[in-house]
Amino acid sequence: MLSIDCPHCGQRDETEFVCGGEAPTGRPPPDASDDIWTDYLFGNANPRGPVHERWLHAFGCRRWLAVERDTVTHRILSVRDFADAIGHRP
Amino acid sequence: MSGFRLPSHPRNQARALPFRFDGRALEGRDGDTLAAALLANGAGIVGRSFKYRRPRGIVGHGFAETNALVQLGTGAGSTPNLLATRIPLTSGLEARSVRGWPSAAFDVGGIVDRLSPLLSAGFYYKTFIWPHWGLFEPAIRRAAGLGHAPVQPDGDRYEARERTCDVLVIGGGVAGMAAALAAAEAGAKVVLVEADPWLGGATGAEGASRLAAMERAVVDSPDIALMRRTTAVGYYDHNLVAACEEVDSPGLRQRVWKIRAGRCVLACGALERPLLFGGNDRPGVMLAESVRHYLARHGVAAGRRPLFVTASDSAYRAAIEAKQAGLDVVGLVDLRDAPGPLAEAVRTLGIELLVGHDAVRTRTRRGRVSGLDLLDRSRGRSIEVECDLVAMSGGWTPAVQLFSQSGGRLRYEEGIGAFVPEQSVQAERSCGAARGVLDLDACIADGRSAGLWAATGKEPPPVVRVEGERAAFRLPGAAKAFVDFQTDVTVADMQQATCENYRSVEHVKRYTVWGMGTDQGRLSAVNGIAVLAHLQGRDPGAVGTTRFRPPFAPVAFGAIAAGRPAGALFTPWKRLPAHDWHEAQGACFEDHGWLRPSHYPRGAETMAEAAARETLVVRHGVGLVDSSSLGKLELKGPDAGRFLDLVSLGSASRTAIGGARYNLLLDELGILFDDGMVARLGADHFLLTTGSAHAERTRRWLEQCLQCLWPLDLVVQDVTGLWATFTVAGPRARSVMERTGCDVDFSRDAFPHHRIRLGEVAGAEIRIVRASFTGEISFEISVRADQATSLAEYLMLCGEADEIAPVGLEGLDVLRLEKGYFHIGSDTDSRTMPGDVGFGSAVTRKPGDFIGRRSLLHPAASASRRPQLVGLQPVDPEAVVPIGAHVVGSAPRRSRGVVTSSAFSPTLGRSLGLALVEDGRAAIGSEVELWSEGRSWRARIAERTAYDPTGARLDA
Ligand SMILES: [Zn+2]
Repeated sequence: MLSIDCPHCGQRDETEFVCGGEAPTGRPPPDASDDIWTDYLFGNANPRGPVHERWLHAFGCRRWLAVERDTVTHRILSVRDFADAIGHRP
Repeated sequence: MSGFRLPSHPRNQARALPFRFDGRALEGRDGDTLAAALLANGAGIVGRSFKYRRPRGIVGHGFAETNALVQLGTGAGSTPNLLATRIPLTSGLEARSVRGWPSAAFDVGGIVDRLSPLLSAGFYYKTFIWPHWGLFEPAIRRAAGLGHAPVQPDGDRYEARERTCDVLVIGGGVAGMAAALAAAEAGAKVVLVEADPWLGGATGAEGASRLAAMERAVVDSPDIALMRRTTAVGYYDHNLVAACEEVDSPGLRQRVWKIRAGRCVLACGALERPLLFGGNDRPGVMLAESVRHYLARHGVAAGRRPLFVTASDSAYRAAIEAKQAGLDVVGLVDLRDAPGPLAEAVRTLGIELLVGHDAVRTRTRRGRVSGLDLLDRSRGRSIEVECDLVAMSGGWTPAVQLFSQSGGRLRYEEGIGAFVPEQSVQAERSCGAARGVLDLDACIADGRSAGLWAATGKEPPPVVRVEGERAAFRLPGAAKAFVDFQTDVTVADMQQATCENYRSVEHVKRYTVWGMGTDQGRLSAVNGIAVLAHLQGRDPGAVGTTRFRPPFAPVAFGAIAAGRPAGALFTPWKRLPAHDWHEAQGACFEDHGWLRPSHYPRGAETMAEAAARETLVVRHGVGLVDSSSLGKLELKGPDAGRFLDLVSLGSASRTAIGGARYNLLLDELGILFDDGMVARLGADHFLLTTGSAHAERTRRWLEQCLQCLWPLDLVVQDVTGLWATFTVAGPRARSVMERTGCDVDFSRDAFPHHRIRLGEVAGAEIRIVRASFTGEISFEISVRADQATSLAEYLMLCGEADEIAPVGLEGLDVLRLEKGYFHIGSDTDSRTMPGDVGFGSAVTRKPGDFIGRRSLLHPAASASRRPQLVGLQPVDPEAVVPIGAHVVGSAPRRSRGVVTSSAFSPTLGRSLGLALVEDGRAAIGSEVELWSEGRSWRARIAERTAYDPTGARLDA
């Protein structure tokens, strides 16, 4: 079971979190092509190695976190609040 | 095999404990394991083998056992497949062998052994394929099964606990103790888990004094938490180790620990390997170390005349201790050409030492070992040796199961003929016998160095590995040389699998079932790999191991479920704040996550009759519906309106304060997610209602949009539980409201449809929304949840003159169906877009970007044959078509859609339905066939709204 270091709550067990899958790199603009939009909706790189994921600390601060995880070693490389990671915060 | 107690051993003086095995009354001593007590009673046969029904005896001790599986206890507390070698004997204990009926010693299925040439590897797969394996499986499983799971609920209590530590040491042998002591000295908080009730592992007489000193130090150390009878069963990511503690107190059977360790030391020791020779499975063939264990620990001799057979140095000590204990040691056979370093000590004690001999096959008398045939390799001569116990040692297999579970990579170590840890993935180190270090001094040094690493993280200098000479592998010539006793896999089975071109170790395992018993191949894995390597002409390292999976030892289901809600708490019902009031009104309840009133029967009314009456109450008078389960989310902040515009199809920001509108939430695929009302309470303050089942999901969804897509300035709060809501609905609703004395003006002009008003009634603050799910004038009145019952009672009082009556979900469902209002999730599915339910123009009209918009502009969103929601009017007005019935086209007769809602409308006197039908809107007016489970109906596709299509009654 992974142990994730939530920037708000500290080191917590995976059971407190919900994995939201690979984090999309950004929402395409409204005039994006069908291909780009489809890739945004359904495309997953599913890499062997580090991957950027979205995890919800559901039974904690309820914040979405940007988690960089290595799919081979399961090592957590970095954890940030998702809003911080995408560069803006309310 | 004729076991007995050593008269001089202190255990002989311990309290006598009566117990029963297979119905026989026997006696053991306090401190015995069940296996030790059985051996002391001369119980040679403790079970029957899985496939051939051969008699089997105790082969080992502790986890190094695969035959002695027993079922303990009776009734609900009965537990199958426990190792007799791990059960502490208690007074009155009742055990049965799990295989062999009526008892292990006399098994009616024993005849199968004589048919064994027919029962080769893959026999079942090959034989029972026609007409279908499932036909034969139940009978085969009944005959082949292990113990019986009790059918009653487990009455024992289990507990789940968590703990953290700097250093977790697994295994309390000398290496583990040395590691724990070193780590504690270096300042770490240490947890030491040991499966047995005692410490010391496999340390023999030569280490007794050092062992005692270390044990004292461990027990005395304030920094070492010692957990005895605690088995580490699983090693998971990020150094989480699951361990199962046997408590066995009247109030608690087991405690499951989840231990998160900074660093972990694996000192799990090693298991002795059986030797491969003919009849090596016979009762009376045991592991040499186990023979020594029973002598030293329990004062029990497994036989009077043991013959030791070894492939390495390790059985020498066991033979010496057996001789010193007074047994008539027949001899020590070393398979190697040269004897080990203890040869002189063995000879001095008068034990005959034979080198360069092979064990060929056992001889038996009445099912038990009576001798062993040897082959003198140099002279090519057979010798027959009489004995009542064969004590064998094929070398040592490090217990790498947990290491392997942790993700670590193994390496084949030629010196010990087994796999050892090669590369760690997690923060752990193996030490002592767990990595092939067998010498006592080396184990202690190795443990200390691993403990220091665990406390400090500094890599220690490598410890020199002590390696002995091992006999070369020779494929046994005799028949019935067993690789896996429990699953009855022989060397011949592996030869056959190899002939049939099974090469991968994983495939051979599944084909032969080698290593698939309850011991997960603890005793058989390495021998099997050695056989395969020989047959394939490869190095055992190249053959590799099968993957070790948790749990290391069987764990009770009750222990796994410990700490989790069960029974009524598994998914507790949510009760409405006025639940008791509904009960007092005679409500029947339905489970919708929430327990909600379905109807309020009067007299002998059926549900349908009550629902019809309640429907007409709303149509012609006034009804009271508990709507408290509707989700209520408040959005507050300068950007609340903008945010709502982005996540929904509507334009909440253009709603005036005090206004309300119907709102559809979408996801990024443009699919309908939820619907409800959005009402504006202030410039920066909105109230969003959700479907009853969707509140939590919708809140999470809005949070996700807010945090990950549009981090705007607002907060979302779920206030569902804070408010109770009652809906007064029907043509006489206004009359009821006017009688409440509320300070809100209920006149048609002052409070029209789709508005929200704040007020006060009888001293309570209320929120009233004019919205309707019935097609009649409705007031949804919300009040603090703890005032729910008072509100309901008050509204009933105010409605007395208008003959108000409570209305349940069944009636409400008919009311909304008459109006064609849909339920997201039952009348829509995971493909339904706004255009499919008649909201297409809202998409094109809405300016600016919003969630799902780009998907709705995709060609797929406007493609033909999309399922569209339409009304259905069965030609036979009495026919209520089942929900889920197919809408069948004329030709070809394929399904064009499904019925999503269906009921009889008492208002219109006919049955109605809703259906998702391909291009359904274009088909309005046409007749279709409906089909379900062999029955069919004709129905006309119609507009959804069957009653009051202009909505005049809403504005009355
Ligand atoms: Zn958190």
